Amino acid sequence: MTVLVIAEHDNKNLKSSTLNTISAAHKISDDIHLLILGKNIDELSNNSKSIQLIKKIIKCDNEKLENFIPEILSPIITNLAENYSHILAPSSTFGKNLLPRISASLDITQISDIIGIESKDTFIRPIYAGNAISYVQTDQKINLITIRPTSFEKCEESGGSAQIEEIPYIDSEVSTIFVNREVSKSDRPELGNARVVVSGGRGLENSENFKLLYDLADKLNAAVGASRAAVDSGYIGNEYQVGQTGKMVAPELYIAVGISGAIQHLAGMKESKVIVAINKDLEAPIFNIADYGLSSDLFQAIPEIIKELDLLNRINS
Amino acid sequence: MKVLVAVKRVVDYKVQIRVKSDNTGVETQNVKMSVNPPDENAIEEAVKLKEQGLASETIAVSIGDEKTQDVLRTSMAMGIDRSILVKSQNPLEPLAVAKTLKKIVEKENPDLVLMGKQAIDDDSNQTGQILSALLNWPQGCFISSLKIEGNKVLISREIDEGIENLETKLPAVLTCDLRLNTPRFASLPNIMKAKKKPLDMIDIDTLEIDTSTKIKTLKVIEPPKRKAGVMVNDVKELVEKLKYEAKVI
Ligand SMILES: Cc1cc2nc3c(=O)[nH]c(=O)nc-3n(C[C@H](O)[C@H](O)[C@H](O)COP(=O)(O)OP(=O)(O)OC[C@H]3O[C@@H](n4cnc5c(N)ncnc54)[C@H](O)[C@@H]3O)c2cc1C
Ligand SMILES: Nc1ncnc2c1ncn2[C@@H]1O[C@H](COP(=O)(O)O)[C@@H](O)[C@H]1O
Repeated sequence: MTVLVIAEHDNKNLKSSTLNTISAAHKISDDIHLLILGKNIDELSNNSKSIQLIKKIIKCDNEKLENFIPEILSPIITNLAENYSHILAPSSTFGKNLLPRISASLDITQISDIIGIESKDTFIRPIYAGNAISYVQTDQKINLITIRPTSFEKCEESGGSAQIEEIPYIDSEVSTIFVNREVSKSDRPELGNARVVVSGGRGLENSENFKLLYDLADKLNAAVGASRAAVDSGYIGNEYQVGQTGKMVAPELYIAVGISGAIQHLAGMKESKVIVAINKDLEAPIFNIADYGLSSDLFQAIPEIIKELDLLNRINS
Repeated sequence: MKVLVAVKRVVDYKVQIRVKSDNTGVETQNVKMSVNPPDENAIEEAVKLKEQGLASETIAVSIGDEKTQDVLRTSMAMGIDRSILVKSQNPLEPLAVAKTLKKIVEKENPDLVLMGKQAIDDDSNQTGQILSALLNWPQGCFISSLKIEGNKVLISREIDEGIENLETKLPAVLTCDLRLNTPRFASLPNIMKAKKKPLDMIDIDTLEIDTSTKIKTLKVIEPPKRKAGVMVNDVKELVEKLKYEAKVI
């Protein structure tokens, strides 16, 4: 029984979601292959050899694979599929975009966004924005699964020495042309992966005020997140949205500022270890799930918190 | 250009859902049902294309039981020209939904299929991608902007890193993000008019596809509840608690 993990990467480094997916694979089998499809990925593949849980790296290097167009990637994966009992990808926008195409070509129903593995054929997944948890079983000959990265630890990146096998590129007629990617640059930790997340909602009122949140985030070495209302109103980019239709996060500390706590938002953050809510409305539903609630105007509270944190730092140093 | 829109009937997003006491699923009897939210964006986009003179006809299709007619009437009240209900007593998995939609595409020959990016009940996020692969048409998923020039399609997709811009060609399958547009409300006169618009029904068995269930649901349970927390009096107490009690800063 061999598990194939489809690597998510940027042609230079593996995304951390790949490391979470490898851990999930390890709950199924010790025999794990990592498939890396991309352009100029020699260095990436060589660096990935050291991941202890990986037995073999399968790589396909071609300039047409640079932008991860799913129509181009999927025939290569389908071609390998029959060697595997399980094919896993992270349930990031990369994995969501790609894996259902394998479902179509293999005629196998995919299981999306699992948060737990009961056994080799039984998986746990949230439905209805996490308001119910479903245990599902399949006897299909290949298990096609996307993994919620925050539900599995990151695997170790050292200690291994996997072999690399190079496979040929399969050309396919694809009419989609990649134009560009608009990516915001930030020195803050990655949202899906940060130890602390500070999220802002409609209460922030505008994008200028989000600067307050950035200041707080920087004090805590935190990633910044947002509610859908904040994104829809243009305070911040879509890549910051936390929730059912945004990103899933599960940091050690999640601070929700000016966020009411709609179920669709909670779906993306209620697995956080410690939740803090700052909201001037005592009735806001976010307080029902917060470990620490502060009923206060955020425009007063946030500068005060920053001051307190500075004070703490001074005492400690 | 003919546009087909796939619409799913789901428990309304405002409903606080309840897990059935026998743990076989979620209670869907006697709860408010609605159009799956991103499917409303797909409907809105189709109607806009018609208003702009780019679409000649818009068709909504849904797979579900008899009651599913209501979401198709809503779609037509929002401006869709006509609709098709593929009657199926049992809920289908995304692969089977996509196979059904493929049959409808083969019958209707649309140039564009618009769908939601995910159904808010099963949260699968698969059907559009599968349909695209089955039809061998280009796929554009999680789109937040769409421009059609001749048979050229320009889209912006919401991805984890930000926005990705792609150019592709018709015919294509596109799945809509909630930020694509603002779905209109159906006005009362339009609701009345929609009652007279054509709604064809076909039985799923006549399509001769494999709709058998591949995934067995063993049980559905409530998610673990978070323990109630405390309210703090001021910022100082908050920071102290985070430092010395929770030890997270
Ligand atoms: C299908 C679907 C999917 C969705 N997916 C998501 C998702 O992925 N993520 C998501 O977040 N939402 C999602 N939503 C939207 C969700 O239902 C809510 O509308 C949204 O989360 C509300 O955002 P908010 O809490 O910022 O805004 P609001 O609900 O307007 O809350 C703002 C809060 O700020 C507080 N406030 C205002 N001013 C201050 C101040 N000065 N100081 C302190 N507090 C203040 C108010 O008391 C209020 O509680 C989805 C909705 C649907 C239908
Ligand atoms: N039963 C159905 N009838 C019509 N369209 C559907 C159905 N199920 C799913 N869809 C479409 O597929 C999209 C994605 O659904 P899913 O893959 O289940 O998350 C939805 O937003 C709908 O556009």
